[in-house]
Amino acid sequence: MITVLQVQKPKLILDDGRRLDGRRPDELRPMKMEIGVLKNADGSSLVEVGNTKIIAAVYGPREMHPRHLALPNRATLRVRYHMTPFSTDERKSPVPSRREIELSKVIREALESSILVEQFPRSSIDVFMEVIQADAGTRLASLMAASLAVVDAGIPVKDVIAAVAVGKADGVVVLDLNEPEDMWGEADMPVAMLPSLGQITLIQLNGNMTQQEFKQGLELAYKGISTIYNLEKEVLRNKFAEIHEEGS
Amino acid sequence: MSMTPTNENVIPLIKKESIIALLERGTRSDGRKFTDYRPLSITLGYAKKADGSALVKLGDTTVLAGVKVEEDEPYPDTPNQGNLVVNAELLPLAYETFEPGPPDENAIELSRVVDRSLRDSKAVDLSGLVIEPGKKVWTVWVDISVLDYGGNVLDACTIAAVAALYDAKLPKVVRENDNIIIQKEEKVTPLPIKYPVVTVSVAKIGKFLVVDPDLEEEGIMDAKISFSYIPSGNIVGIQKSGEGSFSQQEVEVAEGMASATSQKLLEELKSLIGIGKGES
Repeated sequence: MITVLQVQKPKLILDDGRRLDGRRPDELRPMKMEIGVLKNADGSSLVEVGNTKIIAAVYGPREMHPRHLALPNRATLRVRYHMTPFSTDERKSPVPSRREIELSKVIREALESSILVEQFPRSSIDVFMEVIQADAGTRLASLMAASLAVVDAGIPVKDVIAAVAVGKADGVVVLDLNEPEDMWGEADMPVAMLPSLGQITLIQLNGNMTQQEFKQGLELAYKGISTIYNLEKEVLRNKFAEIHEEGS
Repeated sequence: MSMTPTNENVIPLIKKESIIALLERGTRSDGRKFTDYRPLSITLGYAKKADGSALVKLGDTTVLAGVKVEEDEPYPDTPNQGNLVVNAELLPLAYETFEPGPPDENAIELSRVVDRSLRDSKAVDLSGLVIEPGKKVWTVWVDISVLDYGGNVLDACTIAAVAALYDAKLPKVVRENDNIIIQKEEKVTPLPIKYPVVTVSVAKIGKFLVVDPDLEEEGIMDAKISFSYIPSGNIVGIQKSGEGSFSQQEVEVAEGMASATSQKLLEELKSLIGIGKGES
């Protein structure tokens, strides 16, 4: 007979009200963002959120192949979210899972509303994301990496996307879930926005929330997003200030 | 790889303009108000070889869900739980642009959203699917076939899955001393399902929000947001889809519309499949 060790749900909110990683409920994980990290791609970026690490690259706008698939009035987006086999605790098969196919779709739809696709008829914009380390929040870190890479490629956008998950852990509404909260918490709600336009481009909910918690979660997400947005702008400003200085 | 769709559900401009002109006057092309659901009908036991089944018609949309149960081993990390697997297919007979083949991203998203609503709501008590702890459990397969693609297929699929689960019966398990005998022919025990779940989708068309979009409305909508609810009023799933976006206010208004609709829909679902009131 095989004996199986059942991992018990840990206490997610400690007695002092802090979380397992020492954060307060409304505190973000440390973040790092960098653009122009790959040589060949037209745009690229590296985003780290806590222990989650993503590389994204953009090729295009370029001629659409096969040509009969080109759209006459706008660019086609082709988007792939993919996890490297070594990004998780157990090796993940490199074959795209159903989860990766769904996430590629929701990430593409979020990007569609940020990129000015009408400016590039008949062309394609290809966006690739690779999860290097998965430790909660990979879809949103990937989406932000993709959005930064699109800007790095010089493609015009309405706004850069900022995103964060909120959720519920031991009954407390928390910002920016970590892995134990993702696994054992009662709810996980990723939210992505075009912050300066106040538009929500991605929202999902996995779990169980009351209406009140949902509203509270949204407010908390807006707060986190505005902090992240400032960080993104700083990263872009630094990069383009550098280029400006080199040019002068 | 996910690609911008090319050929689905093209609506003539003149049709689009007429739908929007009607919305400005507070009505829709089939006469519904913004918060009205289309007529719903459910036929239980439509597929007799299934352990439970339900044919659901929601306006022009038709979906058929079938449940099959099989003896299985539990997953090592959940020795005291049975398994629930949801799959949905957009069949080629359902719409002119659908083709045979493995499920595309739309079908995969559809199955996964229905699956999450059932799972996160804890509507199905997986611990009630254990035959012998750690060794033998029931795997419940919920397969949903979309037969007629007439708009808002997601809501119809959740309803069909729930109805089929209520319709399903498990084989009789007889325990004699240390032996467990499963009498496959005698399907008597109802599945351990505690309460129904519904999904309510709200489409955004220009500045308007409408509940339960039909196919033409889906063809011109900017985006869609779907909320799943249980009888307590708790939200057990959200999925935004489509290329557009929602303002912060629109998300809250859509949730209010969906929440109000969900309570009516849950009552309608309960009376259509004949389950008692007073459950939560």
